Amino acid sequence: MTFLLPFDQLTEEDRRRVGGKAWALSRLAREGFSVPRGAVLPVEAYRAYVGPTGLRERILLELNRKPFESMRWEEMWDAALRIRSLFLKTPLPAPLSAALRCEIERTFGDRSVAVRSSAPGEDSAGASFAGLHESFLNVRGADSILEHVRLVWASLWSDGALLYRQELKLDVAESAMAVVIQELAEGERSGVAFSKSPVEEEVSLVEAVWGLNQGLVDGTVAPDRWVLDRSSGTLRQHIGAERLDAVRPAPRGTRKVPLPPELRDRPPLEEGEVVRVWTLSMEAENRFGCPQDVEWTFLGERPFLLQARPVTTGTRGEAGSRAWNLSLRRSFENLKLLREKIERTLIPALVKEAEDLSGVQLQSLEDDQLEKVLETREEALARWTKVYWDEFIPFAHGARLFGQVYNDRLKPEDPFRFIDLLRPEKMVGTARNARLEEAAERLRQDPGLRASLAAFRESPAETAAAQRFLEAVSSDLGKDTDLVLAGQETLRALAGFLLEMTERPASRKPSGESREVLERAFLDRFGEEERRFAEELLDLARASYRLRDEDNIHLGRIQRMRDEARSEAARRRGEASAGEAPGYQRPEPDRVRPRQLVGQPAGPGLARGTARVVGSREDLLGFKAGEILVCDAIDPNMTFVVPLCAGIVERRGGMLVHGAIIAREYGLPCVTGVPDATALIRSGDTLTVDGYLGIVVVHDQG
Amino acid sequence: MKEKDREIAEAVRRLLESQRVGVLGTYGAGSPYCSLVGFSFEPGLERLYFATTRATRKFANLRETGRVALLVDNRANREEDLHEASALTVVGPVKELAGTERERGAKVHLARHPSLAGFLESPTTALLALEAERYFLVRRFQEVMVLEAAR
Repeated sequence: MTFLLPFDQLTEEDRRRVGGKAWALSRLAREGFSVPRGAVLPVEAYRAYVGPTGLRERILLELNRKPFESMRWEEMWDAALRIRSLFLKTPLPAPLSAALRCEIERTFGDRSVAVRSSAPGEDSAGASFAGLHESFLNVRGADSILEHVRLVWASLWSDGALLYRQELKLDVAESAMAVVIQELAEGERSGVAFSKSPVEEEVSLVEAVWGLNQGLVDGTVAPDRWVLDRSSGTLRQHIGAERLDAVRPAPRGTRKVPLPPELRDRPPLEEGEVVRVWTLSMEAENRFGCPQDVEWTFLGERPFLLQARPVTTGTRGEAGSRAWNLSLRRSFENLKLLREKIERTLIPALVKEAEDLSGVQLQSLEDDQLEKVLETREEALARWTKVYWDEFIPFAHGARLFGQVYNDRLKPEDPFRFIDLLRPEKMVGTARNARLEEAAERLRQDPGLRASLAAFRESPAETAAAQRFLEAVSSDLGKDTDLVLAGQETLRALAGFLLEMTERPASRKPSGESREVLERAFLDRFGEEERRFAEELLDLARASYRLRDEDNIHLGRIQRMRDEARSEAARRRGEASAGEAPGYQRPEPDRVRPRQLVGQPAGPGLARGTARVVGSREDLLGFKAGEILVCDAIDPNMTFVVPLCAGIVERRGGMLVHGAIIAREYGLPCVTGVPDATALIRSGDTLTVDGYLGIVVVHDQG
Repeated sequence: MKEKDREIAEAVRRLLESQRVGVLGTYGAGSPYCSLVGFSFEPGLERLYFATTRATRKFANLRETGRVALLVDNRANREEDLHEASALTVVGPVKELAGTERERGAKVHLARHPSLAGFLESPTTALLALEAERYFLVRRFQEVMVLEAAR
């Protein structure tokens, strides 16, 4: 069969199988608008790929590991990355590949093209997938085009697209994607136009940049903007931009280049041209019967339409209750700015505030003073928690962006291998644990001191040597000592914990290929042109990864101080141990018990051991070497027990959650995203943690 | 987790209701053995019924060990089975029914399999009750939950 369908040959019957974008382009072409020449690969081509290769079922298996609606956004991202990796590693079946290559060569030869998504249901009124699926510019040659077609197909399963389809309640299993292949219009001036502003009834908008449109669409180049009267086309306002860069074709893809000085002072469009663009958008509106959002470019003196879709208010990212997730899809440039803000301003301020808050002896305060302190700490925690969600969490996207670039270039067997490349030499949490490990090692070497510590644990009064040792360790740990237990019991608890640490051999060091080897392999995939980008991206991703540890630790300090103030206040009111998070409640004997639970494989390895379900800080104190930590979400105050663990099971899902990062750091088998983990598993159960497949087997109930 | 109990029991019941035939696993003369059997079940899930003539290998096997497993699943012999299908394994002791117990069992069994009326009436046919101890429910390819049958 023939797959590739030229725009001008489409009929009404093709509408469903070519997707919204292709259909709109073909209508424009048939209505006489100037549109760059192109054709569409309908959904049948997609199905001919994912069916016979088994990809379709592998995708559905990946998405059905747990109920879709209970997946966190991070888990969707992880699933999306795994799926993307499947697309990268699965070649087209030979007959399909041969047929497509032949058709593409015949139609496009060696001309440069754009490869764009065109999902059915996309760009119809009420549903806009704007920006959710991928498009690639300046692709040349059948092999490269086919490779990019696969990437566009894969973007059907991006996290953003999955979320969006879920919100629209579209059937994931029936999803398919058509792909537009269109000759690249290397416009000198490009932009968008809204025949009717999404926010203001009476006006139209035109936006323009120098160079290709990509810079405007992905937000890396600020456009000039004109507001026009919708009924007359009269110019109302021109808002000039700071014109610094343009996106232009590069040897492969596109790149952002600085504008020559003479263009910086000139708006990309003359006033008459603004009106011509506006006229085009109004003509499109008249033909299609509703206000249109069009992309255009000037080739010489003539404006071409690149696409047209209905204006849908609020669908460029702000729709839906989980819209903030979409804002995570920040561009590289945005992330660089965010990093600077976090590293230069936010983290130092967070550290300083924690420092300032800690200089208070709660026990010696009058009641009203204590109340003030508690208030201050509550406020600080609330404020920093907000910063955490607004700034720190979005910055985690740096590691994700890197993961995608890494996988695209290296196509590794394990789609999460990039994490090994991001692991820093030293993290705050692991540095703290290293100090504990040193202390434990001294005890292993010195049985006398060990015995003295054991005596201290029973009765602190009589063992001065132990006390000196503990005080030294405690002062070395600084403010992290009281993570073991707040208040006077600190030293005793520390003794107990260190003794437990001596029960197991010194903790393992992370294994795997060295960072240097991985780094070289990564950078070698980039030519001279792109090398700088690759290095910057790696650096950004490392900062992003490192921050996932640091922000947790610092925020954890503030939370701990809040908890202390709370429990001191509760103590004075005569309540026992209030203020702590509600502890784990042991369920009644159930008729149902788990045999095998499924989560995400977040740390490779296999471990068998006794479960310790941890709900509160008190639960941590009883932790025994070789046990398996089962928790809702590893909080930074818990990570000190990690060197004692044989494995980790976490309810919260994700490959880049704190628990997964720490587990990887210690080479521990780890499964995250196990629904109801802390309710189904009980302390004392014998568990097998399969960190390769993301499975937890419950052998006996304790 | 009473909610979980209800959810799993409900999933078990729905799967049993959706199927008429299951795979019976027995063991005898040093070897495991599988047979397709039509089954029925008590609404409380405590007991399942199936019938066989006494000359069969499965009957000899279950007489020998007194225990069986029954696999009930909703696969459709399509690739989607991997993520869509559920499977249920019931294990427990098995006994041949007689007297009022047989009457009760036959009523339940014939309500489910009316076409087996003649078969069940034959003096050579045994009606068997599998006293469910545990149900192992497999969903989502790998998730396995165990339901203890109510006694």
